[in-house]
Amino acid sequence: MSMVLFDVPGPKARVRHKVMAVVGIVAVLAALVYVVMRFVTTSQFSARRLDWINYKQIQLSLVEAIGNTLSAFACGAVLALAFGAIFAAARLSDHAWVRTPAAVIVEIFRAIPLVIMMFFFYYGLPATGVKLSAFTSVVLSLMLYNGSVLAEIFRAGINSLPRGQSEAAYALGMRKTQVMTLVLLPQALRAMLPTIISQLVVLLKDTALGFLITFEELLRWGTRIGGDAPNFGRPMISVMIVVAVIYIGLCLLLTWLATYLEKRNRRNKKVIHVDADEVPEMAAV
Amino acid sequence: MSVLTKHLDLFLSAFGQTLQLFAISAVLSLVLGTLLAALRVSPVPVFRSIGTLYVTVLRNTPLTLVFVFFVFAYPLLEIVKIDEYTAAVVALSLYTAAFVCEVVRSGINTVPVGQAEASRALGLTFVQMLSNVVLPQALRSVVPPMTSTMIALLKNTTVASGFAVFQAGNIRESLSEQGENVLFGLLWVALGFVILVMPLTYVQQVFEKRWSVAR
Repeated sequence: MSMVLFDVPGPKARVRHKVMAVVGIVAVLAALVYVVMRFVTTSQFSARRLDWINYKQIQLSLVEAIGNTLSAFACGAVLALAFGAIFAAARLSDHAWVRTPAAVIVEIFRAIPLVIMMFFFYYGLPATGVKLSAFTSVVLSLMLYNGSVLAEIFRAGINSLPRGQSEAAYALGMRKTQVMTLVLLPQALRAMLPTIISQLVVLLKDTALGFLITFEELLRWGTRIGGDAPNFGRPMISVMIVVAVIYIGLCLLLTWLATYLEKRNRRNKKVIHVDADEVPEMAAV
Repeated sequence: MSVLTKHLDLFLSAFGQTLQLFAISAVLSLVLGTLLAALRVSPVPVFRSIGTLYVTVLRNTPLTLVFVFFVFAYPLLEIVKIDEYTAAVVALSLYTAAFVCEVVRSGINTVPVGQAEASRALGLTFVQMLSNVVLPQALRSVVPPMTSTMIALLKNTTVASGFAVFQAGNIRESLSEQGENVLFGLLWVALGFVILVMPLTYVQQVFEKRWSVAR
């Protein structure tokens, strides 16, 4: 918690803070009550609009949709990690003819919006005779975009290690590959693990972009069931709340994993603690 | 090349719309994000938890879901009617505000406690302390990550193409309606984004180098 800006409150300030706290709680409660009132007056939670939960087929399709989201996430994550590792290694190469193209590719794929990449694979490529499924398009785009970001993260991690590490390894007579795989990579991975996992959270959220190219994932399932007017009278609100809870739950699980690893890292003596300033900020949006 | 020259009007107006969407959402998300950051560093615990709740929820929700909510679900509540463009602006601003808030908050937290304490000891008022001591120092560590957040916002505007809001993401639709080659059209769109994003990335790197002060 941040106490940069304020002194420890005295008696007057404490009373003021209590008054403000009451005002804040009242304002939030008023907003909540208003939203719930809107839910009630437009009868979003009527029996008919919640009926979809009772159907076995819909439950099964929900499980299938979650499965699709997770498998896109899993394939995308593995491929992106591999892509990132390869391109990070290429960007750190001593040979300019390897380094420069890798840098250009990484910078370009970081600059192109994921949606445009997905459109390219799904709508653009058939013009050349290559027909990709929605799943493949989503996974390929996720790999290229998040892989490029991960490449930057890996590179930043390796660059943030103290130079003595690689110097000592070279002094021991290790080869370039050995220095990288035995000394630098393991330490960089540990130091960057929280950042890597928060990028994986971004990847998980980005699977929802598959919605735009008709990939049958969780969000698409939600709009299909939620838009069902004849059977359930458009239960969009209740379905979207369920979908949001699932997404937030999945992402929070990953985030907790990241904080757990960060805490464990802090206690672990094997990890070199790099200054946060040395690692360039990666906005995970 | 022929796709670009033949449909130059389409490309220009679409990218113009993208920039307009970006500019409006950027201003709104900066304002809202700064307010949220103020909540998150306030001395009142309730305000802090409200800010934390907002940031946790919005940061872990896919942007597409926020869009779906405001375009498909929100109208069912019959509060205030909004068109798709407004819905897109609202979704983008609310989503990006969570990230802006985190950037501003961590920027303020990088200023050592001693700085604020020393200015209070010198008798500076709260506003003087903020404007003369804390914020100028916080700004240095805020600008580079804020630039990447804004780059992400610029790229995120393309999500609106699934929700009937005309911008660069819809060039494909218009081209395929006219029976043009979509592949080259999309390559030009991608190039357009590279051209828009690259200068921003460059500016960000310059700031990062110039302002990375040793503390």
